[in-house]
Amino acid sequence: MKKMILPIALGAAFAAASFSAASAGTLEDVKERGKLRCAVSTGLAGFSFTDENGQWQGFDVDYCRAVAAAVLGNPDAVEFSPATGKTRFTMLASGEVDILSRNTTWTFSRDADLKFTFLGISYFDGQGFMVKKSLGVSSAKELDGATVCIQTGTTTELNLSDYFAGQGMSYEPLPIETNTEGRANYLADACDVYTTDASGLAASRATFENADDHIVLPEIISKEPLGPLVRHGDEQWADIGRWVLNAMKIAEEKGITAANADEMAANSKDPEVKRLLGASGEMGASLGLDNDFALVAIKAVGNYGEVFERHLGTDTKVNLARGLNAMWTEGGLQYAPPFR
Amino acid sequence: MSEANFAFVATSEKPQLPPPQGTTGAVGWMRENLFSSPLNIILTLLSAYAVFSTVPGIFNWAFVNSVWNATSLDECRAMTQDGACWAVIRERYPQFLFGFYPSELYWRPILAFVLLGVALVPALWDGMPKRGAALMASMTFPFVAFWLIWGGFGLEPVSSTQLGGLLLTMIIGVSGISFSLPIGIILALSRSSNLPIVKSLAVMFIEFIRGVPLITLLFTAHVLLNYFLPKGVNFDIVLRVVIMVTLFASAYMAEVIRGGLAALPKGQYEAADALGLGYWQNMRLIILPQALKISIPGIVNTFIGLFKDTTLVLIIGLMDPLGLVAPTLADQRWNGIFVELYAFIAFMFFIFCFAMSRYSMYLERKLHTGHR
Repeated sequence: MKKMILPIALGAAFAAASFSAASAGTLEDVKERGKLRCAVSTGLAGFSFTDENGQWQGFDVDYCRAVAAAVLGNPDAVEFSPATGKTRFTMLASGEVDILSRNTTWTFSRDADLKFTFLGISYFDGQGFMVKKSLGVSSAKELDGATVCIQTGTTTELNLSDYFAGQGMSYEPLPIETNTEGRANYLADACDVYTTDASGLAASRATFENADDHIVLPEIISKEPLGPLVRHGDEQWADIGRWVLNAMKIAEEKGITAANADEMAANSKDPEVKRLLGASGEMGASLGLDNDFALVAIKAVGNYGEVFERHLGTDTKVNLARGLNAMWTEGGLQYAPPFR
Repeated sequence: MSEANFAFVATSEKPQLPPPQGTTGAVGWMRENLFSSPLNIILTLLSAYAVFSTVPGIFNWAFVNSVWNATSLDECRAMTQDGACWAVIRERYPQFLFGFYPSELYWRPILAFVLLGVALVPALWDGMPKRGAALMASMTFPFVAFWLIWGGFGLEPVSSTQLGGLLLTMIIGVSGISFSLPIGIILALSRSSNLPIVKSLAVMFIEFIRGVPLITLLFTAHVLLNYFLPKGVNFDIVLRVVIMVTLFASAYMAEVIRGGLAALPKGQYEAADALGLGYWQNMRLIILPQALKISIPGIVNTFIGLFKDTTLVLIIGLMDPLGLVAPTLADQRWNGIFVELYAFIAFMFFIFCFAMSRYSMYLERKLHTGHR
């Protein structure tokens, strides 16, 4: 019987830990701390990077800032924790961060098995392949026997093996840890093919000295809906994250930008705009926030389109067209539920 | 018999001739060291070829054609075809040194670093006047440094997520080094002790740590501890990593020192016993000074290894200098630059590792007192 004591004690500690996580309100914790803790990627062009002042910037980073602005009124009240593909889920699950915004693919098992709540889709991506032109390959179906640089611990790894198995082809994986490492290995000819999300491939290719020597193959082998996520068990916090993202999308739809948000709030006749910006109704209060939470968030980072263009758009080196990420009114998939 | 009868008599000592030409000066040195045998000649020529074919290229790349003033890699590439783009280092070196530490508070880690130098003086220089008192003062350094870096008690607090760059390397490396030596000595003594419980505990600890890769321990520190500790108990990630790295280095240190203990002739132990000294006096006065002297190369080896192993923390998302490469590269202005960043980091590490290795050689020379 004595031997049972340790496992039981550990189990009890575990249960107590999960119980306290479920009962404590993340919103109260964040407000009390005065800082939002947000996990971002350790470095992915356009999504998260450091600028010359040592500040985190990027598409994923700006979402964290928007949440911080909405909750705390200050977009700089964020403590960023860089997370690798392996550490991100434990950091979120263990409560080390409040929100994970690290171009993470929404999948069934992450939702149901790992017990996370995805807050929406901030970026529709898909996995592609990049090869050197000199390889003479024009389709992914010709890649039988190729060496593939692949990031470990990601959905791309699983998609790759699914795709090759489905096509009856074989491949030699070269496991890598980061995007940087993958690019270096690919350029050094350690692998024939580099595979990751198409956005990442475009971003990498844009930085090559001879970008024209490389092509991204036409096949997109997976759906990669990327979005921010939180732990199961705190619906209020999940709603806050979800509606900050939605507010950014609705703002683009309604033409609200960082520059004109104040003016829109004061003068707009559109009832949905007035509700969104807190000029009428008590919408924010039902989330436990100020009624103008969306106004503050949009003033801090801009609407969805502005954030996209600033970090990923065609004026940047990442040079991604809106494509699937255009608003539904413009032929894309970005569609936010009504704000009422 | 007069001297005149002899055909030749030297009346004075002949002046010494200079050594034959070709055995002195530069020519002689080269003959002796570079061209003494056919094999040597071939090796010399090959090395000369290797040096002349690489060094000018590297020199041109690093100095002649390099660019220091630019705001993006494209600008660099426009200015030079085959030169280093040091502009990225010029722009980012504060990050590589201090991570995300608030720039208006840089004086705190700098002061901590200067104090580290001061605190090390009595530890490294045994001829120092009043060394005992100075050593006691040095003992307070970890607390002072902790206070300076993390703040609190009147200083603005700085969170662990803001630590990074060389500062993080120094925190992990210096605390790992300074705690692993005493812990290692205790473990080594325990392992060679006659007390069965002490001995088996030490053996279990050492063999467990040596049997597990450091990365596994880091993951444990990062992931598992979080699950076992109750929520809300904020056990600092840097502290967790420091503990793991220290334990890891201690196990190796213990084995290095045990090697030194084993190398001492049994007569030393017996002589110490015969003097009537107790166990601790025995160890402190007779055994350890000799054993540690023998172990110096191994100890410094472990130190240097530990210092370089700190870069592994990038696997768990801590931003040491190597970890900072990725977010720097993800900035679209610098996307695609590699060699310059890695060269800079290598240079920083070289300074510290080389200094440690030189100090170890100095110690060895100074303590070279026999047994040869």
